[in-house]
Amino acid sequence: MRRLIILGIALLLALLPALNLTGLGISDFVVTVVGKWLCYAILALSIDLAWGYAGILSLGHGAFFALGGYAMGMHLMRLIGPRGSYGHPVLPDFMVFLGYQELPWFWWGFQSFPFAMLMALLIPGALAFLVGYLAFRSRITGVYLSILTQALTYALMLAFFRNDMGLGGNNGFTDFKELLGLPLNTPLARALLFWASLAALCGCLWLGTSIARSKLGRVLVGVRDGEARLRFLGYDTLQHKLFVFVLSAMMAGIAGALYVPQVGIINPSEFSPGNSLEAVVWVAFGGRGTLVGAVLGAFTVNALKTWLTSVAPDVWLFVLGAVFVAVTLLLPRGLIGLLEKRR
Amino acid sequence: MSGRALYVDGVSVVFDGFRALNNLSFIIEPGELRAVIGPNGAGKTTMMDVITGKTKPTAGIVKFGDVDLTRLDEPRIATLGIGRKFQKPTVFDALTVFENLELALKAVRGPIACWKWKLAAEQRDRIEAVLREIGLSERGQDLAGLLSHGQRQWLEIGMLLMQEPELLLVDEPVAGMTDQETEHTAALLARIAGQRSVVVVEHDLEFVRALNCKVTVMCEGSVLSEGSIDHVQNDARVIEVYLGR
Repeated sequence: MRRLIILGIALLLALLPALNLTGLGISDFVVTVVGKWLCYAILALSIDLAWGYAGILSLGHGAFFALGGYAMGMHLMRLIGPRGSYGHPVLPDFMVFLGYQELPWFWWGFQSFPFAMLMALLIPGALAFLVGYLAFRSRITGVYLSILTQALTYALMLAFFRNDMGLGGNNGFTDFKELLGLPLNTPLARALLFWASLAALCGCLWLGTSIARSKLGRVLVGVRDGEARLRFLGYDTLQHKLFVFVLSAMMAGIAGALYVPQVGIINPSEFSPGNSLEAVVWVAFGGRGTLVGAVLGAFTVNALKTWLTSVAPDVWLFVLGAVFVAVTLLLPRGLIGLLEKRR
Repeated sequence: MSGRALYVDGVSVVFDGFRALNNLSFIIEPGELRAVIGPNGAGKTTMMDVITGKTKPTAGIVKFGDVDLTRLDEPRIATLGIGRKFQKPTVFDALTVFENLELALKAVRGPIACWKWKLAAEQRDRIEAVLREIGLSERGQDLAGLLSHGQRQWLEIGMLLMQEPELLLVDEPVAGMTDQETEHTAALLARIAGQRSVVVVEHDLEFVRALNCKVTVMCEGSVLSEGSIDHVQNDARVIEVYLGR
């Protein structure tokens, strides 16, 4: 039943770009905005997998999202080629401006789409592995881990703001032209990116559900509720936590990589701690530890935000804040808890 | 049953200058049931922490058969065949009774293996057999959080059985139980003890007498007296530090 509902909603969503392409009343704006929400939903899902199941509350998941976005951004920058303002055949505009003579080594390979996509997975994954290994091995949990991840995204933001990082400094990357030979500002490109995001969301949801329903899902709940006890049952919980944390970071990386071509820009503000906190709020709002709830939360909060910023630009933050307080107080299990109670 | 004995020889644990264990030595023979008693702060829980790898000894030898336990961490010691029941029952409230036993079941432990793992028919039978043994057959699909205190203790003992340990460490199994539950637990432990070594830490002397086994009295981190319950109850030193009070 539940699977049918999800499938139905996915199919309805898939219709949006199709209606836009055929000129049947869906504006470009709607396609871009909903496409963005799909990426946010993947991010929320990835947070829920780590937090809702294994109890790893990462307040720095925005960093993995941004890193995936930067990997895609680097690819898009390389594809601009001689079409940049300075017309340099290889170097992106900002490098010409900063007086670079040749491409830095870490930009090598990014002209290839498969390589860039691999990096969008591997860079967040490797960072999560490193941070996770050091933190989990030292048994850093709870609020200390949350602070650590928050500091991580903040540190990355400061680093990416620097011009000498060779990653565009505070301007980041923009003015993208094309992806896979398709000009980005066409309805077809928007539709394809939308569908790719929808497919990625469905894929991640399937993957997450498969983990949640397996014994691994129950081990992760055990990690959340009684890690020490689980160790006495013979589980080396470091492995399980690392596994889910790295997988979750990779999902966030995919989300970021799909997000960047749709919004047309990536800059260091994507690393700002507020972004990560906001994403955690989506999960709590929708219902932690349910996966579907995280997706629902990402959609509703962002829909509310988009709507409120246009109808009540002065007070929308207060309204949104009031909604969060109300949900926390009245619906401890989030929106999904409310829906399940009804049934 | 394989015959591995537990050797604890000259073990000391020092926390910030406080000697929780002081040159503690004893041997648990394969298949033996042993009760450990002692006043609060005697080091009983620390002794269990050392055997299960939670605490590393400052000095001394802890061996299970030929294996040096002081070099291993908790998951490795657990998979080696040493199970532990905590004083406070710690079952996973958010999982069902059945799922709690399934987690403890001797099977794959790694993350990817757990993801792919499927419960085999004979494993299901084993879980159901343990459910019957601990008297929770009817409660298999209920969340563990809904169980009473006594039932949680039994579930925890059931989880230990699922691990098929050679050596079971049981910390105060009847604390806070009703008389009826205590009786049930004593019977359960007696049934288990025939097949594996069991070490029971307990305050309740009536319960220890009911276990009818060799008793080790601990005091200030070392062994004060060892022998039958009658022997230790008549030991002048034991009476002085513990029973006489």
